[in-house]
Amino acid sequence: MSFSDLIKSTPRGLYCEAGDFYVDPWLPVKRAVITHGHSDHARWGCKQYLAADTNRHILPARLGNLAAIEFAPIRKPQRIGSVNIQFVPAGHILGSAQVVIEHRGEIVVVSGDYKRQADPTCLPFEPVRCHTFVTESTFGLPIYHWPESKKVFADVNAWWRQNQRQGKASVLLAYALGKAQRLLAGIDATIGPIYTHGSVEKLNQAYRSSAVNLPETTYASNLAKGTDFGSSLVIAPPSTLGTPWIRRFGKISTGMASGWMTIRGTRRRRGMDRGFVLSDHVDWPWLLRTIKETEAENIWVTHGYSDVVVRHLRDQGLNAKALVTEFTGELLEGEATANEEGSQ
Amino acid sequence: MTSFTHLIWQLDATTKTNEKVAALRQYFENSEPRDAVWAIYLLMGRRLKRLLGVRLLAQWATSEVNMSDWLFEECYERVGDLAETISLILPPSVKSPMYSLADLIEDVLLPMQTMDEAQKRESVISLWKTVDQRQCFVLGKLMTGGFRIGVSKKLVTRAISEYSAIDAPTIAHRLMGDWQPTESFYQSLIREDDGEAAISRPFPFFLANPLKGKAPDLGDINDWVIEWKWDGVRAQVIRRQEQTFVWSRGEDLVTEQFPEILEAMQTAPDGTVLDGEILGWDKDANRPLPFHQLQRRIGRKKVGKKLLTEVPVVLLPFDLLELAGQDIRQEPLTSRQQQLSEWLESDPHPAVQPPPKVGVTNWDEAVEARERSKELRAEGLMLKRAASPYQVGRPVGDWWKWKVDPYTVDAVLIYAQRGHGRRASLYTDYTFAVWNQGELVPFAKAYTGLTDVEIRKVDAFVRRNTNERFGPVRSVKPQLVFELAFENIQSSPRHKSGVAVRFPRIIRWRHDKDIDAADQLSTLLDLIEE
Repeated sequence: MSFSDLIKSTPRGLYCEAGDFYVDPWLPVKRAVITHGHSDHARWGCKQYLAADTNRHILPARLGNLAAIEFAPIRKPQRIGSVNIQFVPAGHILGSAQVVIEHRGEIVVVSGDYKRQADPTCLPFEPVRCHTFVTESTFGLPIYHWPESKKVFADVNAWWRQNQRQGKASVLLAYALGKAQRLLAGIDATIGPIYTHGSVEKLNQAYRSSAVNLPETTYASNLAKGTDFGSSLVIAPPSTLGTPWIRRFGKISTGMASGWMTIRGTRRRRGMDRGFVLSDHVDWPWLLRTIKETEAENIWVTHGYSDVVVRHLRDQGLNAKALVTEFTGELLEGEATANEEGSQ
Repeated sequence: MTSFTHLIWQLDATTKTNEKVAALRQYFENSEPRDAVWAIYLLMGRRLKRLLGVRLLAQWATSEVNMSDWLFEECYERVGDLAETISLILPPSVKSPMYSLADLIEDVLLPMQTMDEAQKRESVISLWKTVDQRQCFVLGKLMTGGFRIGVSKKLVTRAISEYSAIDAPTIAHRLMGDWQPTESFYQSLIREDDGEAAISRPFPFFLANPLKGKAPDLGDINDWVIEWKWDGVRAQVIRRQEQTFVWSRGEDLVTEQFPEILEAMQTAPDGTVLDGEILGWDKDANRPLPFHQLQRRIGRKKVGKKLLTEVPVVLLPFDLLELAGQDIRQEPLTSRQQQLSEWLESDPHPAVQPPPKVGVTNWDEAVEARERSKELRAEGLMLKRAASPYQVGRPVGDWWKWKVDPYTVDAVLIYAQRGHGRRASLYTDYTFAVWNQGELVPFAKAYTGLTDVEIRKVDAFVRRNTNERFGPVRSVKPQLVFELAFENIQSSPRHKSGVAVRFPRIIRWRHDKDIDAADQLSTLLDLIEE
């Protein structure tokens, strides 16, 4: 059994020679096919971008209005060079799509980041039968198995109410693109007013323009001094913790919504009052299940615990290999959590 | 079990003392006494002994979920805590737990002490079927000992004090020494009058804070008692009803380890409690033996004749807490010490000696004396306010420790390992090396001393510059230089470098130095006193 040479790993990222394009390249290239808008997938500086049209309002907000972005409808095959490609929903965030590459009957699926939990802010992941499946492994350890999101939202609501009784603002830290909107769509917005950080608000607008239903939010920086935040929920990116921007809210309780919050030590290290286990990445049981559903002969594993996942798949008799990124060699978790975590 | 788990989670969820105390109070208010007393027992750091090895638990868990060992190890490396790792790989139960904390411990866990392995396994696996993830974590901690969840003894004491309306020092005293987690103990703990106390019960230790500023700023030296700070085992020695008890600072009863002191105390009057330092003693030089000699005496059940001759110990008492059965802790230090020296003079014994005096009359002399402390194998000076009562815990203001500057050395980071608990997943445990004939030889491990930001930077460096992996340990490219401090150094044939250092810690990251500027092993060898 041999691995496909339809795509290969290069210092710039995954390259498809037959179509002369890269998928989510790390360095500027001529033609980039983008799975979704997170900054480690949609990088600035490429000549031409191709993405699913569900990204119509998101990518310009990330790459700038001047970027040359072409949008293709979901599931509609496009001819590039001698290959056909199409975008199939990945369920990660709004706009996220797997890139399905077909060449002379051989199918390679680059899934980008994905999850299998229901999320009202984006289209659900659809498994695609293929020969080679490229999967992420951000949470590729058996300790990661997500609780039902309904239960997590109930916990967030209860925390918000409890803070309200104590006159504290509930500051919920979450990645500005995707997680923040999923939270907004999931929580009980009747509890109190919701304020947002600018980076979150900008993407809320992009979501609303894409016809995603979100509750009313107010951009916190526009508010008059002396606003009482005691009953409010504030949604902000993790980088705001400990900055003057946060101080305006007075007495606060801090929470973070992330898959990393599974582990006590991680939550404590971040100094959070509460950790909510909510991730836009696939967890261990669904990672294995998804691989099975694609019926792929070859599994390429990237982004995260690739060595662990590869070894486990090989133990199960599958043909798997780790896609080593020339960049870092491995997920720099310390750095990832220090910056905007879980965006890989 | 449910409410105790909830308590643990509340304590874990906040860094604010007031919220922790409130959570504890609420727990006491809503719990049965027999559950509450077990909670106190566990939160004070006591453990259920000889139940299970945590590794055995891990083995059972992996076989329950049919997971290979290497995969479990990967999970453990990420989580940093075995009980937590186990709780995360087992499927959460749909049933709810049947036991209260006391029932669980008394009816299920303690009986395991006498079970064989197969029976234990059966009990544990059926327990797992009744717990959710958090309960599973707490259960794991219960079975394998050790709750480190960011709640200090002081905090628990304060919560009991608030709940019972009895002052905290009294509660702290009642929680000292040997007590059993029974309902009747709990009642006596929270009652105004606790009745007859156990004769072995020690007083809470009074601990000193490190002196931050300059000693002369403390004012008139005549208001201060200046003593040597000894490097031995801090101990409280109790003589009551013709029995002797020696308690270490960690509240271990160590009486049997020090027969010399036991013998010396035979003639002490009933109702005498001393606070002092136990030291190995060099009779010829009339000064302590190096600490590593005393270490040979610590932790042994039986002390042999040879060791007794090679490392005889003395108690240097520096405080008197009880005299003729009266608690005199509220009297001023000078008055307590006066009564102490009267007793020591009236009943001299070679194993209980008055501590050598520092004998200084002004701060300049004190500064000088401190510089000389290594000659006496002392760690520096203690500065105690003459009028101070003997307090509980580590209150600021009356007792200061003024240690001599530690030894320092510049060393190169060569191995790194992931940390535990809060720092699990980051590379925080480091091995450092110095030069010996052009080679880097490891000589010390250090964990503490860097800021969180620095730790993240070192972590990123380690990940990018790994040469080899040996299980959880990575060898890294020698590039980073750190200044390490340590308290003491001795030759050690067991270590590759030939030296062993005490309390090594990182002082600062020497960004300004490259590895050629790190110290030589010969420099370390020169520090060893012969």
